[in-house]
Amino acid sequence: MNLNHLTEEQLVLHHYGDAGDEAEAASVAGHLRECPACQAELDGLLRALSAANQLAVPDPGESYGARVFARIQPSLAKGWPGWRDRLASPKPGWILAGRRWAWAGGAAALVVAAFVAGDRVAHRQPAPAAVPQAAQRRGTEAQAGTTPTGAEERGSTAPAEPASAVAAADRERVRAGVLLVAVSGHLERSEVALSELVNSPRGPEVDISEERGRARDLVAENRLYRQTALAAGEPAVAGLLDDLERALVEVANGPSRMNEAEFDRVRRRIVQQDILFKIRVFGERVREAEGRPAAGSGLRG
Amino acid sequence: MDDHDAHDVAQARAGSELAFRRLVERHARGVFQLAFRLTGSEPDADDVVQETFLKAYRELKRFEARSSFRTWVHRITVNCAYDMLRQRPRHRGESLDAGPANAPAGGIELEADGTSWPDRLAFGAEIQGRVRAALDLLTPTERTAFVLRHFEGRSLEEIGEALGLRTGATKHSIFRAVQKMRRALAPLVDPATPGKAEQELRPFQVQP
Repeated sequence: MNLNHLTEEQLVLHHYGDAGDEAEAASVAGHLRECPACQAELDGLLRALSAANQLAVPDPGESYGARVFARIQPSLAKGWPGWRDRLASPKPGWILAGRRWAWAGGAAALVVAAFVAGDRVAHRQPAPAAVPQAAQRRGTEAQAGTTPTGAEERGSTAPAEPASAVAAADRERVRAGVLLVAVSGHLERSEVALSELVNSPRGPEVDISEERGRARDLVAENRLYRQTALAAGEPAVAGLLDDLERALVEVANGPSRMNEAEFDRVRRRIVQQDILFKIRVFGERVREAEGRPAAGSGLRG
Repeated sequence: MDDHDAHDVAQARAGSELAFRRLVERHARGVFQLAFRLTGSEPDADDVVQETFLKAYRELKRFEARSSFRTWVHRITVNCAYDMLRQRPRHRGESLDAGPANAPAGGIELEADGTSWPDRLAFGAEIQGRVRAALDLLTPTERTAFVLRHFEGRSLEEIGEALGLRTGATKHSIFRAVQKMRRALAPLVDPATPGKAEQELRPFQVQP
């Protein structure tokens, strides 16, 4: 028998199987078989650890996850690495270059954003008698696929309105606000998906199956938003969504694996359409319209 | 990775809040249990859970699916809890010096299989309080290392990575934790029999 008793540290490590290599572990086990004092010491250790096992952990219940989500949800919108973070994050040079030359083409997107997020709401207060007709007309036009213009509606604005007209105008504002928020969320998701695609590492074969799957989901979502925008009399938003849809459809209907040349073609088309830039500008304008600070970024322009 | 998790992670990365909600609902209880063991307090564990999922949401794009979502999110939990432990003032919980008022003479004995307590242990609350107080004696590093090794069965490498320790230092942290736990719990678990253990453990002194 080895008269040198095991140390407490050796016993602890032995208990967790962290004593060392196999030979060392076998040596400790052999000593324990032959040494009642060390075995008693180990038993004492195990009793203490067994007591620790009695520590009860409260079960927060099956609905705990839902409660946690409800608590963090307001922060998710702020915490999502959204417009500001992504604008501030470093981008490959070719994206920056593309963004700079895209200013001219992006002017149209700025007009879109200004229309959507600016004083559009203030000018969309139909006359009392025109409210139901305007709503009816929108529905008809949506079904027929025609698009009412903002100018037509602005022409029907009355200088003074009774309470019912104000209420109707409020409903319009709410509706427009809901659409704006919903579309901006969709655009942000689309931007993430397309950004990841264009930033995918190049190689002899590029696997974009994940991005392709997302694009398919986004295409379906995009169609709904585009139709809603048309029905709501937002042709500029619908136009932006139309541009986006073309890019998404190309990815969704393309192969999940591409060779380098195919991938470059897809990526180039997305960049040349300025769709990512337009989405970012739209997001900035929405943020300004909501009174949030604009994403100050030296990267723009 | 679990198929449901993989699908929801992909959807959440694409911006689906609903998919992220499903991930939270699926994993929040497990995260809470880990956070509770690490912090020893329900309100603190709640805070850790929330911070964990907020961080997970922000970092989701960096999740590379080399490990499961559960492993990844538990790693975030450990980091959040460890930060919290280091920031909060150490507290003793209840006093250990008075000894177990209700402990039966001769200490508590295990059943022959060493895994369950006899029915005569009607003072479970005493044990609970003692264990909580013993855990509160540990430093944040010792506590985290002990919880991960003892309750979670994590490897030395995983624990070392989480705590930024080399293997030797990780082993020592676990040993120190067990040593403190044993001494704090000795009056409950060690029968008053002569021997090496008694010499070492009775009367125990709580080291600050």
